[in-house]
Amino acid sequence: MADALHTLSAAELGRRLAAGTLTSRALCEALIARYQTVNEKVGAFTHLDQADVLAQADASDARRQAGQGRGPLEGLPVAIKDNIAVKGQPLTCSSKMLAPLVSPYDSHVAERLRAAGAILYGRLNMDEFAMGSSTENSALRKTFNPWDLARIPGGSSGGSAAALAAGLVPLSLGSDTGGSIRQPASHCGVVGLKPTYGLISRFGLVAFASSLDQIGPMARSVEDCELLLNALASADARDMTCFGPSDRALSAAGDAKKLRIGIPKGFLGKGVAPEVAAAVNAAVEFYRAQGCAISEVELPSADLAVPTYYVVATAEASSNLGRYDGVRYGHRSSVAGTPVEMMTASRSEGFGPEVKRRILLGTFVLSAGYADAYYVRALRARAKIRAEYLAALAGVDVLLTPTVPTPAFKVGEKAADPLQLYLEDIFTIPANLAGLPAISVPCGKSGHLPVGFHLVGAPLSEAKLLAAGRLFEAAHGYAHQQAAL
Amino acid sequence: MSNVPSDWEVVIGLEVHVQLRTRAKVFASSPWGFGKEPNEQVDPVVLGLPGTLPVVNREAVEKAILFGLVVGAEIPERCAWDRKNYFYPDNPKNYQLTQKDFPVVVGGQVEIELPGASRNVMGEHKFIRIHHAHLEEDVGKLSHAGSGSLVDYNRAGVPLLEIVTEPDLRSSAEAEAFLRSLVAMLTQAGVADCDMEKGQLRCDCNVSVRRRGAEKLGTRTETKNLNSISSVRDTVIYETARQIRELEAGRAITQETRGWNAELARGYVLRDKEDAHDYRYFPDPDIPTLKISRETVARLAKQVPENLYDRQRRYVEKLGLPYTAASVLVNDRALAEWFEAAVAAHPANPSGIANLVANDLLRDLAASAGAAGAFDEAAPAPVSLASCPIKPAQLAGLVKLTDDGVISKQQAKEVFAEMFKTGRDAAAIVDAKGLRQNSDTGELEKIVQEVIADPAVAKSIAEYRAGNEKAINALKGPIMKRTQGKANPVLIDQLLRKFLA
Repeated sequence: MADALHTLSAAELGRRLAAGTLTSRALCEALIARYQTVNEKVGAFTHLDQADVLAQADASDARRQAGQGRGPLEGLPVAIKDNIAVKGQPLTCSSKMLAPLVSPYDSHVAERLRAAGAILYGRLNMDEFAMGSSTENSALRKTFNPWDLARIPGGSSGGSAAALAAGLVPLSLGSDTGGSIRQPASHCGVVGLKPTYGLISRFGLVAFASSLDQIGPMARSVEDCELLLNALASADARDMTCFGPSDRALSAAGDAKKLRIGIPKGFLGKGVAPEVAAAVNAAVEFYRAQGCAISEVELPSADLAVPTYYVVATAEASSNLGRYDGVRYGHRSSVAGTPVEMMTASRSEGFGPEVKRRILLGTFVLSAGYADAYYVRALRARAKIRAEYLAALAGVDVLLTPTVPTPAFKVGEKAADPLQLYLEDIFTIPANLAGLPAISVPCGKSGHLPVGFHLVGAPLSEAKLLAAGRLFEAAHGYAHQQAAL
Repeated sequence: MSNVPSDWEVVIGLEVHVQLRTRAKVFASSPWGFGKEPNEQVDPVVLGLPGTLPVVNREAVEKAILFGLVVGAEIPERCAWDRKNYFYPDNPKNYQLTQKDFPVVVGGQVEIELPGASRNVMGEHKFIRIHHAHLEEDVGKLSHAGSGSLVDYNRAGVPLLEIVTEPDLRSSAEAEAFLRSLVAMLTQAGVADCDMEKGQLRCDCNVSVRRRGAEKLGTRTETKNLNSISSVRDTVIYETARQIRELEAGRAITQETRGWNAELARGYVLRDKEDAHDYRYFPDPDIPTLKISRETVARLAKQVPENLYDRQRRYVEKLGLPYTAASVLVNDRALAEWFEAAVAAHPANPSGIANLVANDLLRDLAASAGAAGAFDEAAPAPVSLASCPIKPAQLAGLVKLTDDGVISKQQAKEVFAEMFKTGRDAAAIVDAKGLRQNSDTGELEKIVQEVIADPAVAKSIAEYRAGNEKAINALKGPIMKRTQGKANPVLIDQLLRKFLA
């Protein structure tokens, strides 16, 4: 049934494409039709070149016809967050600063998707330069949570999560610096995975905080998420922080029913909404009933994670965003003067308030006389947090917590209080600081709003996280869920 | 030479920025070189496009290590890069990747030679310690055109090795000698070309003065971006005089950054300490700490050429070369190796070969190349031996013919000129021109006796016998005339003395 294509999983669409009962063109036409009615309400996409999509779909169908299909992603559309470079497409990071920019090159992941036969399908809205947890910081448009259009979708990969929940696309890419894949996945009732730092090349990902950023797959099921992950992970000589072929062996999934699950002490305490705690506790009980060993673990430095993150991430951001000055590309102020005056005016006009706040904070924590008290101390705290997580993960396979303490809030509700907003990422930030893989899996609702649980594993334990997620979703009805629009 | 009053001492430290001889830029695959159209040698990484990442060029790291091995430095097992943040349009990322805390080269020393009392006399040798050398990226070039500004990123990302000395230099002459030694070592090891006209070597010069005998260093100034050896020399002379004048007038020296106007031969203040940048250094998160394996260091150690002054000492002490010829040869590794190849073909007379190479060959090569080197006006122009028409063994052949008495030294000059013109062997030219000396004793004895018997030379004979040694030369002309100049002059001299005794 062509009118229901948007409800199907990527795996099912792939099977139909392989069987010849569906063409990539038919699929893309159906999704474009849905885009024309739904995107206006949800605001997930900032750009969709329909002619280009259909040309890619035709090329895919022709390959398949010729027996040159490229694998399970052949002909499947993948929508891409607007901070990941795709040659010939806008690369704006939802910022006025880069709004005129079209990328002259492909990111590593874009190359991988093309090599896998996927359709590079449109640009997804985000918080400006990935700084935010609600997508309200986009300078281009608002994105709304498909489950409640008065609420935020989460962020910064809000477009990536909302597009899935709204049935606009079966697969999407996000990026995650402190929770930017997992938090919107939780708020929109979809699956989002942040891989081990170094598993996926960052070449072509616009840097926010280089030591924390990772690209990751998002989908409406764990199975689909894994499908996309497999296409993205490969060595890349253009990113020196990306693992080489010999260092990237993933641990085996093992039997998910034998997983040892650690529950960090105190994480379900203050600040966690009762409905969220109830849904996550139900997930814990599910795993216990399956035979998993559940134990409590201590992470004494966990409280340091948020302040540590806001020092490390803003320090790196203040430097990473230095290059946006109007000289070579992007927004250039019409203010006349010396080159340096032009640069200053371009930056003042081009960046939004949250980006400016973080650049100022990062500049401060790196300044002479303050770097030791802030940046250097934060690096020490980061090392401590990582050591504690690795020690905990020596005794258990995964750590289970809520993904976000509370369900999606209303648009504008926390706009005046950035510190309150920063607490959205309290459970997700440690995985970035420690470079660990983590996944958010839907596990229920708080009223009409989705809730997810969060698993963190040891480096390169993605297969275990995915196996645990599959075990849960097979027994529950949350996979493939879409909001009624 | 500067005239520093004897109760003052000047203390100089240099920071030398050298563009390394690599095919690609230091963090990008884009090639680089001189004389391209603006912004021809750029790529997304060089331009700092969003999403691009630096990848360390191993060739640049290896050239830096090679430099370290040349100066006997420590090569640490790890090196790392930091970001130096500042805003300027020539800096594509608005941060420069440099090595603040973990440089690739630590320590080492450079031997220098000061000018001797005359050209023929070796001057004093000293060792100047290297504090460290670190690998960083060059920036682009900003120029102002009319109401606007233009920026060219061809130079952005070119690998730069910044070599920082200890404050060991004590005069403008020492600073000059240091730079000359450094350039010779860098070029001879193939680390860098050091063409100052192309901006491949630039220098920041730290100068302070103190009362002789004082232990505490005076307040220093840093004059930036000097692009010739003479500018460094002139800056030291200027700064020394200025600082002494200030101090003697009871004023303090301000710690400041200065520029140098070579046309006016004057320094000027760029910024004082109050305006110093806060570069907000932090470790670059895109480049993991680089491990330098001991195998790499051992492999590169094999590429280290013989030290300039070790070679000089060997030439003078072992080969018996005059200092002047030795010092000319060792300045150019290719020339020295060419010389050594000739010596290998004729080991009996290194000095004879050295004199021909250092005088005749260099002169003719320079003349055929046309231009002199502008990078260091006081040093001999670098010549290209690639196009040299004479091969080392051929030159050795020429010297051997002279040594064997087949041709005279005077004839050797003529043969050399012909060899340079045609590339033919000396023996072939000697034969073709019929230059072979007559060393037939029997034939020459007859001619000598005939000339002695000639009444025209009787007066000269009488003078010689009366004790005027030089009078014997008057008899040599007629003998040469009768032999069409082919008589072996050494033999004639012997025969004349025998018959006139």
